Amino acid sequence: MQVRAQNIIKRFDGGPGNAALDDVSLDVGSGELVALLGPSGSGKTTLLRVIAGLEQANSGQVFFGDEDASQKSVQERRVGFVFQNYALFKHMTIAENIAFGLEVRTRGTRPPKAEIKRRVLELLDLVQLSGLDKRRPAQLSGGQRQRVALARALAVEPKVLLLDEPFGALDAKVRRDLRRWLREIHDRTGHTTIFVTHDQDEALELADRVAVLSKGKIEQIGTPDDIYDHPATPFVHDFIGEASSLPVVARDGSFWLGAERIGLPVLGGQAGQGRLFVRPQDVVFDQAGGIPAEVVAVRRTGAARRAEIAFPALGGERVEINAPAALNFQPGETLPVRFMRGTFYPG
Amino acid sequence: MLSSLRRPSILPGFGFAFGITLAYLGLIVLLPLSALVLRASGLGVSGLWAIATEPRVLAALKVSFGLALAAATVNAVFGTIVAWVLVRYEFPGRRLLDAAVDLPFALPTAVAGIALASIYAPNGWVGSLVAPLGWKIAFTPLGIAIALVFVGLPFIVRTIQPVLLDLESDVEEAAATLGASRLRTLLQVVLPVLVPAILTGFALAFARGVGEYGSVIFIAGNLPFVSEIAPLLIVVKLEGFDYTGATAIATLMLGAAFLVLLAVNLIQAVARRRLGNV
Ligand SMILES: Nc1ncnc2c1ncn2[C@@H]1O[C@H](COP(=O)(O)OP(=O)(O)O)[C@@H](O)[C@H]1O
Repeated sequence: MQVRAQNIIKRFDGGPGNAALDDVSLDVGSGELVALLGPSGSGKTTLLRVIAGLEQANSGQVFFGDEDASQKSVQERRVGFVFQNYALFKHMTIAENIAFGLEVRTRGTRPPKAEIKRRVLELLDLVQLSGLDKRRPAQLSGGQRQRVALARALAVEPKVLLLDEPFGALDAKVRRDLRRWLREIHDRTGHTTIFVTHDQDEALELADRVAVLSKGKIEQIGTPDDIYDHPATPFVHDFIGEASSLPVVARDGSFWLGAERIGLPVLGGQAGQGRLFVRPQDVVFDQAGGIPAEVVAVRRTGAARRAEIAFPALGGERVEINAPAALNFQPGETLPVRFMRGTFYPG
Repeated sequence: MLSSLRRPSILPGFGFAFGITLAYLGLIVLLPLSALVLRASGLGVSGLWAIATEPRVLAALKVSFGLALAAATVNAVFGTIVAWVLVRYEFPGRRLLDAAVDLPFALPTAVAGIALASIYAPNGWVGSLVAPLGWKIAFTPLGIAIALVFVGLPFIVRTIQPVLLDLESDVEEAAATLGASRLRTLLQVVLPVLVPAILTGFALAFARGVGEYGSVIFIAGNLPFVSEIAPLLIVVKLEGFDYTGATAIATLMLGAAFLVLLAVNLIQAVARRRLGNV
């Protein structure tokens, strides 16, 4: 089912101060897996909760398919919501937890006992927890609990699956396993899914499309490749992947770093002052010549090295770049560097 | 033996601190209680039984246990609501109200007793309101029950509060997203988690009610067979130099207290096993 949020505004204090969501619109296609990515406090969770009906927007609408869900209660919206801290019912067994959404239905729509039981076992199988139906949440690991939470959300055959930092409370290894597993489940069940994360690796690896949020606005929405290779705003460039930026001037078909010319072509229409964003692999040491840069610090990162360099022409501004481990240099040395790539944002 | 006790602790001074703990508990708690039991054991079971079934003693025990049970039940219901409101809602004066819950604890019981007696007496604020209806509160079992509700309230509220605080609101939200109505969520999701705490608070309030003396005697009227509580009867017996009788009643009450403590521990053990420390 398609999910649309239109012009959502949400303020918590009620006053005219900073809005948690400032006129946000989001379109999620049927069966799509979309990540809401952004730093803490950017409004991801609030957007998810508004879609679920757990939070009332000050204005704006939420559509499930063609149906306006804005005025519907949480109960009526039939969303599957998975909470960061699982929110399992501690006093119930795993099977009772999963069956809860079916058991609470009104008499006419509640499936018969045997049917509920069958569905519970089926879901346990789907989340690979067969045989644990009689356990209680306290007897499971964090990863297992989160899988129960997902099974419980899926039991009601939700129109849309919403996950709030689903792996946030788990350790790195379990996170990675569950990530892959969630993708598999999604591909198998085909639910329209929106999940919140502040972990860009998670978003880029898992999602069909990623919406990057900052300060209550969506900065950019696109495929992981789009977001990574063509960041639309300085914020996205800075937030996704590693990046540093330098003040440059676009003039005469070239970018200038102070008096030094950077060998990157200026695209049509770009002119004047701005910042050039570069990733660590975009700038290389080149003995054959380039712009002189002073090595400020060197770190070892796995197979390569990471050097922090400064340009004498620019005072304190620093850039992090990759350097081959074989290259021998020390902090304090001045070496020529060449710019291979970069993204210019005027202003 | 001692070395095996010692091993799990990496903190220094275990032996010393443990020794002090044992000696302190022994002197302050166990010694007087053992003396009481020792004295009562001279009576034998049949002697104890004979005293316990004296009509006046039996009536007093009934009053104390029955009314403590009733008061604890009332508190279990309303104390839970008070705890809920204090934890779940933000309103002006909440802290003040929260502090007020401890008043029955902090107040000298005699002060509470006199205050209660004066407002519920036939010429008091409340007493004079219900007097025209032919009702009497002070100097009847009803008055005793009110005093016991008063002293028991903090036990319930203070045992439920931490559990409620611990109960994340996302559990309730989860129930709502699964389609459960508010009422259903309260009954099936919130209440079951609170039950162990409610039972524990109930047991503690009950134990306190059975033994309560100071706040009750002023409002009770202390009519033998009607509104005479067991602790008072102990005093009466002591004043009449009937040490044996007093000891016997005291022993019975000690036994009751032990049973309550046992019940509390059982409840908590079961709760820990079922709910875990998630
Ligand atoms: N219940 C709330 N009451 C008041 N402010 C809130 C509440 N929930 C979130 N906020 C505020 O709204 C903004 C967005 O929060 P949130 O959606 O939780 O961000 P994120 O999920 O991206 O970390 C933050 O500034 C936060 O302080």
